[in-house]
Amino acid sequence: MADATTYDPLTTSGTWGRRAKVIVYVLLTLFALVYLVPFTVVVFNSFRDLGDISRNGLIGVPHSFSLDYWVQAWCKFCVGGTCEGIQPFFYNSVAMVVPASIISTAIGAINGYVLSKWRFPGSEVLFGIMTLGVFMPGQMVLLPWAQVLGFLGLTNSIPGLVFIHCVQGLSFTTLFCRNYYVNIPDALIKAARIDGAGFWRIFRKIVLPLSPPIIIVTLIWQFTNIWNEFLFAFIFSSGTHQPITVALIALSGGGTAVHQYNVESAAVLIGALPPLLIYLFGGRYFLRGLTQGAIK
Amino acid sequence: MASLTIQHLKKNFGSVPVLKGIDLEVKTGEFVVLVGPSGCGKSTLLAIIAGLESVTEGEVKIDQRVVNSVPPKDRDIAMVFQSYALYPTMTVRGNMMFGMESRGVPKPAREKAVARVAELLRIESLLNRKPNQLSGGQRQRVAMGRALVRDPKLFLFDEPLSNLDAKLRVEMRTEIKKLYQQLGKTTIYVTHDQVEAMTLASRIAVMHQGLVQQFAEPRTVYDRPANMFVASFMGSPPMNFLPAKVAFSNSPTVVLGEGNGEATRLPLPGEMAKSLADGRSVVLGLRPENMTRFDRRHSEDTPYLGTIEAPVEVVEPTGAETMVVVRIGGKEAIARFEPHSAPSVGEKVRLAVDMTKACLFDPETETLI
Repeated sequence: MADATTYDPLTTSGTWGRRAKVIVYVLLTLFALVYLVPFTVVVFNSFRDLGDISRNGLIGVPHSFSLDYWVQAWCKFCVGGTCEGIQPFFYNSVAMVVPASIISTAIGAINGYVLSKWRFPGSEVLFGIMTLGVFMPGQMVLLPWAQVLGFLGLTNSIPGLVFIHCVQGLSFTTLFCRNYYVNIPDALIKAARIDGAGFWRIFRKIVLPLSPPIIIVTLIWQFTNIWNEFLFAFIFSSGTHQPITVALIALSGGGTAVHQYNVESAAVLIGALPPLLIYLFGGRYFLRGLTQGAIK
Repeated sequence: MASLTIQHLKKNFGSVPVLKGIDLEVKTGEFVVLVGPSGCGKSTLLAIIAGLESVTEGEVKIDQRVVNSVPPKDRDIAMVFQSYALYPTMTVRGNMMFGMESRGVPKPAREKAVARVAELLRIESLLNRKPNQLSGGQRQRVAMGRALVRDPKLFLFDEPLSNLDAKLRVEMRTEIKKLYQQLGKTTIYVTHDQVEAMTLASRIAVMHQGLVQQFAEPRTVYDRPANMFVASFMGSPPMNFLPAKVAFSNSPTVVLGEGNGEATRLPLPGEMAKSLADGRSVVLGLRPENMTRFDRRHSEDTPYLGTIEAPVEVVEPTGAETMVVVRIGGKEAIARFEPHSAPSVGEKVRLAVDMTKACLFDPETETLI
């Protein structure tokens, strides 16, 4: 899996080449700024006091600065009757996203291994049906899920949401892993079979050690999607069992008092922090993992 | 050490028959090469022997024990793959030990076996490297080491040299032959390269369209090919085929280029002529090295030496010898010349043809007469 040589379309020599380069970079910078504006506004507002916001408008450079709103958002602000900030909901999300990401990725890896290296009559059809889930809108399965959760006694609970996300995520994780494992040469598996290794030993000793790129991609994908997921969380949880995405709505939807824009901004940022950090630290693995195999 | 018997073996992929009834009897300690063009079924046959593919019909026996439904790991075989199939995340040592670990061989015995084979193949210095830190030739060696380390009953090679460059391929070929002479293991070796087949095999099975066309010693396969396919596949450049007619005048002869105005008569050795009827159509098969320039060394009186006058169309020097494309009786044929005696294009050359080495084929069935 060699690195592709980078191709720079702007390496034309002469003034025109240089001029084109300048134009492109100016445009790129402009677009980057446009994308960053909303984020910047929210970041600014999380440090401004309410007077500053009402005097100078929602969009503006801070004239005041305090970290207090972050503290309030985290552990003091009142959401839906309790005044513990969004901290408990943040932990709800963590309790949901960690097991759901790990379990769905693990099962996806095993599925992918079977569907690529231990094919059986009908396995291609099965794979086709499984990937159908990728294109299935969540609204379609709300009612069935309600029934299943009721049947299992998992209504309005974090384990219930974990279960939903594990199952809903399988289409993606299976698709990712299967398409990655297809590129592992079959001869390796054959050699291992002749060497006396069975299904699990081959998986543990041969396939898994080759998997970090795709495992990282799948984990990042699952983590981000489950953390940000709103529909299932909104429908199937309430009160103290809500994940942070739903709690954020409750926080802004009080309706009685004035909008605490600064605290709300801080809360939103806290809610967005985990996927953001994952992207900052894992993004390059994500891109590398996605393009691997495509180069070969 | 073991023998291998294959009886009436058939294999279908869906409705496509790939092997159509294979019979092979490999004796203990033999080096058998399965050779044939791509798609002839040789790799499938090897995979079936290894247990990686199922059998549709027939039997595979290792040491007289039917192994049709025995999984690969219980057949006591080792295989070297075309792509080497080295486990990329393990060191060379790890690669060689993996099979023994799977089988629960105790650690001291594993270490000993690795040390023994590493010395044999001169790869001691590579033991702690990963496969991607090895050159092609080194990978090849390690792949063989992994197979050797377990001391299996049967050695299987699936085109092990085809990923090497030409020079290394010749080196490793010699290496494999040396190794075989040293160890004397029963070996099944698949290749599409007829030179490899000739140099390595104790017996060659030439395969085509899912059938064994001929199973014999290399010399026999080369000198007395069972049919025109074998004759053209083994040998490079291939055997020349010339349509001819048998004629008994004073002595038995074959006549070439009849009807083209300039018929050529070639003498037919007695034992070849025995079973032939006068006037029968045949295909005369002549190897390029049995047609060369008629010169001082030849005389008209040499028994069964035929001569042909033929115009030269193309001259292809290869260094050690020069291939010359001539036209005989309206058909192209290739003759092999010493470089210093090579003719030039347009020249009409007199060829000496060694008829004792000639083969006659039936034009209908294409089999050797």
